[in-house]
Amino acid sequence: MIDSEAFTPLPALVGGVLLGGAAALLMATRGRVAGISGIVSGLFGGEADERRWQWCFVAGLWLGGLVLSFAYPTAFAEPRGTGWLRLVVAGLLVGYGTQLGSGCTSGHGVCGVARGAPRSLVATAVFVAVGMLTVALFGVVEGGR
Amino acid sequence: MTRFRGLDALLSGFVFAVGLGVAGMTRPAKVQAFLDVRAWDPSLAFVMAGAVGITALLYRVIRRHRRPEVAARVAPRRGPIDRALVLGAVLFGVGWGLVGYCPGPAMVSLPTLDREAWVFVLAMLAGMFVARQRRR
Repeated sequence: MIDSEAFTPLPALVGGVLLGGAAALLMATRGRVAGISGIVSGLFGGEADERRWQWCFVAGLWLGGLVLSFAYPTAFAEPRGTGWLRLVVAGLLVGYGTQLGSGCTSGHGVCGVARGAPRSLVATAVFVAVGMLTVALFGVVEGGR
Repeated sequence: MTRFRGLDALLSGFVFAVGLGVAGMTRPAKVQAFLDVRAWDPSLAFVMAGAVGITALLYRVIRRHRRPEVAARVAPRRGPIDRALVLGAVLFGVGWGLVGYCPGPAMVSLPTLDREAWVFVLAMLAGMFVARQRRR
């Protein structure tokens, strides 16, 4: 059943176009994929040359978050009271899984799919299906809409 | 005068964050609502459609007009669809579904000092660290 009250197709599409534009910019200037898990994991390791632009990108993410919190505060929900265990397990799995699988929603789901990479198509289909299964089994965290 | 060399990356990160916020993807409840087939909010599919569409279009332009070494990077990397890829995507999918955070939105939420985003990101960094250690 589609939850038609929650569904916001236009902001979703506009936000998606902005994301895509940002990803294309990074490809045009540096030939790099805008994969957040790869960028974040590179911050504390990898080559110094890479680390410099990766920190700049993350600074941009934080600046964006800061501007959103003032200019468009509804972008962030009230805290939901998610349990510690759930947060820590989820974080560990996301961190470990994105390294093992070489990407997340941005690197595989946006950039990889956009360039027709078979690996990214498979990864995206798998994590969306498993995400849906996980919600079916463990439910959603209440609140925060 | 030396030019600031990271401006493109800073701008890319900034626009990326604003895009996530405008799309509603910085609210983990909305992401979980996409993954919840019983009360389905298809918004995330529209985010993906918009993002993939414009990225595919612009990647094509870049491939045609940029220096060959940059253009070559647009081409998908060839690699096997192996156990690591699938298992990694499975683990990521479980973590994503449990809370509704993937790396981008969690990072963008840090400046709001949201306790949940901070706990999630610190655990995520630990998970990345473990994965890197095991690869060596």
